[in-house]
Amino acid sequence: MQTDKELEQKLHPAMVEGDHTFGSVSDKIGDVTLKKRTPFHWFIGFAIAFMIAQLLLFTTMWLLANGIGIWGNNQPVGWAFDIINFVWWIGIGHAGTLISAILLLLNQKWRTSINRFAEAMTLFAVACAAMFPLLHTGRPWLAAYWLFPYPNTMGIWPQFRSPLIWDVFAVSTYATVSLLFWYVGLIPDFATLRDRAKNKFFKFMYAILSWGWRGSARHWHRYELAYLILAGLSTPLVLSVHSIVSLDFSVAQIPGWHATIFPPYFVAGAIFAGFAMVLILCIPLRHWYRMQDFITHTHLIYMGKVMLATGLIVVYGYAMEAFFGWYSGSQYEYFMIKNRIWEGPYWFFYWLLIFCNGISIQFLWFKRFRESEFWLFVISIIVSLGMWLERFVIIVTSLNRDFLPSSWAMYSPRIFDLTMFIGTIGFFFTLIYLFVRFVPIISIFEVRTLLPDANVHGHQQDFDESVLEIEYTYDKTDPPNQ
Amino acid sequence: MAEFDTATELVDAARLVRDAGYTKTDAFSPFPLHEIDEALGIKRSVLPQLIFCGGITGLLTGIGLEYFVHVVDFPIIVGGRPHFSLPAFIPPAYELTILFSAFTAVFGMLFLNGLPRPYHPVFNVPRFGLATREKFFLIIESADEKYEYAETRAFMETLGAQEVFDVEE
Repeated sequence: MQTDKELEQKLHPAMVEGDHTFGSVSDKIGDVTLKKRTPFHWFIGFAIAFMIAQLLLFTTMWLLANGIGIWGNNQPVGWAFDIINFVWWIGIGHAGTLISAILLLLNQKWRTSINRFAEAMTLFAVACAAMFPLLHTGRPWLAAYWLFPYPNTMGIWPQFRSPLIWDVFAVSTYATVSLLFWYVGLIPDFATLRDRAKNKFFKFMYAILSWGWRGSARHWHRYELAYLILAGLSTPLVLSVHSIVSLDFSVAQIPGWHATIFPPYFVAGAIFAGFAMVLILCIPLRHWYRMQDFITHTHLIYMGKVMLATGLIVVYGYAMEAFFGWYSGSQYEYFMIKNRIWEGPYWFFYWLLIFCNGISIQFLWFKRFRESEFWLFVISIIVSLGMWLERFVIIVTSLNRDFLPSSWAMYSPRIFDLTMFIGTIGFFFTLIYLFVRFVPIISIFEVRTLLPDANVHGHQQDFDESVLEIEYTYDKTDPPNQ
Repeated sequence: MAEFDTATELVDAARLVRDAGYTKTDAFSPFPLHEIDEALGIKRSVLPQLIFCGGITGLLTGIGLEYFVHVVDFPIIVGGRPHFSLPAFIPPAYELTILFSAFTAVFGMLFLNGLPRPYHPVFNVPRFGLATREKFFLIIESADEKYEYAETRAFMETLGAQEVFDVEE
């Protein structure tokens, strides 16, 4: 029988552990950026990431000099690693926005310690993703008039009915809004760093970045309104962006692409991949920077649960694709699913995909795996690989064998496909390391609202309450922060 | 300017200040406090309405751009679709709506707050640096109608503050 206290602990677990005050929270998080001595492990990690990012630089130069022929793309498989990587990176970005925006609207306090670096992850993932649509055009210097609607000397315009243009608008909007949302969240934290910094140069830089923020209640009022509304805008944005990316495929007629399940299936898959990447980032981060008080065990368990839930939706997607293939009665659709599962040359990757995305997450049903940092990390890596394979299976197997057997041909990646992909991973981690060094990795002012000291007359601060005058559904006299 | 140690003290003091009839007041805290809006008599901002207008502008811009391109300037028949094919036009217009709303939200908030503003008299008080860390402050501006140095200072000292400072311009 659980006691009342145990039940309370289970229903409302503490989101900040340890005995913290406003000052200690500010110090612990701020010191990571303000300390003069950079930890040695930072230099090692940054050096490795930066060297890997050079692969991207060299591959891009070689690509611009020689054209898309250096990749393995060819008819019929005209889209391969370029689009797989684009969709993979954009998908990863979506978890950051979900954590920041959607969990804010759902009043989930566990978002507070992870939202800052999750949003940073989103920005860097979108930066990596955006390179592919630009560079895969072959002559990216001409991509300006292909992609962006501006009056040009040839008098031509992009085709607004095409999902490829919808992508341009969606990804540009997503990058911009994510940047704004992230930056707005940083303004009060930069002010905290400005007031604490001893180094004159950094004090000056943080002063500029904080725009003169002073913590005025009148400013906080408008700030909260803007922040909440941005969250409300980012939610339909994140859902629409990956839906539009999925429409790149489903608007075409290729069997295996032309399916109405794609938008929700891709969005769930994006959140799935994104949470895997958030776990890959935050498990080492909380140890190396001793943030266990803020990114608690509870946070990891919740993220594991979200990963399991979205993974199950993705598995449902796989099952439905197989079902449609048969139920449609179309020989092309039926062949497509046979080709993927057992007849085609890439059947191995399909089964690897089922293992990575379907089977590995089943371990998360068990407490032992859900509560173990090591297993969460391992499963997250497997899931990241699995999500990459999913896009591989969708793109390559459908293109490799479509309607006419005389058009069938094999695809295999060449070295530059691999170096470009690995280079973007290096680029991503380089940016993450820079972020960790110079910017507070956890949202300081939001963590302050979680402390019991933040109570006014026994009433816990919440980000979305009286600003929009939402009625409480719980008893106001509950003890705070249980 | 009065300094307080806890949020509760600040809110209670703010209520007393509002009840005494002061209007040009402000409170400072390291995180947003909801009760303070009502305690100081801060009115709801016009920002949400502005954001809505920004969103409508974005929507009209998106539809307008697509209309101009596909109906006026360079109409071509694609698969028998009408020149103004609204279902296909929705995604870019939708994205521009969100983009313009987001711009209005962020830049509107910064503009209405008067930021960037590197200098403000409150920064002249050295302890004010703690406002972004752990302490709470309350000020009554000299521009207020009821302001009278000696009287206001005496009143602030009755509020239960840690310390009361004078803020130089």
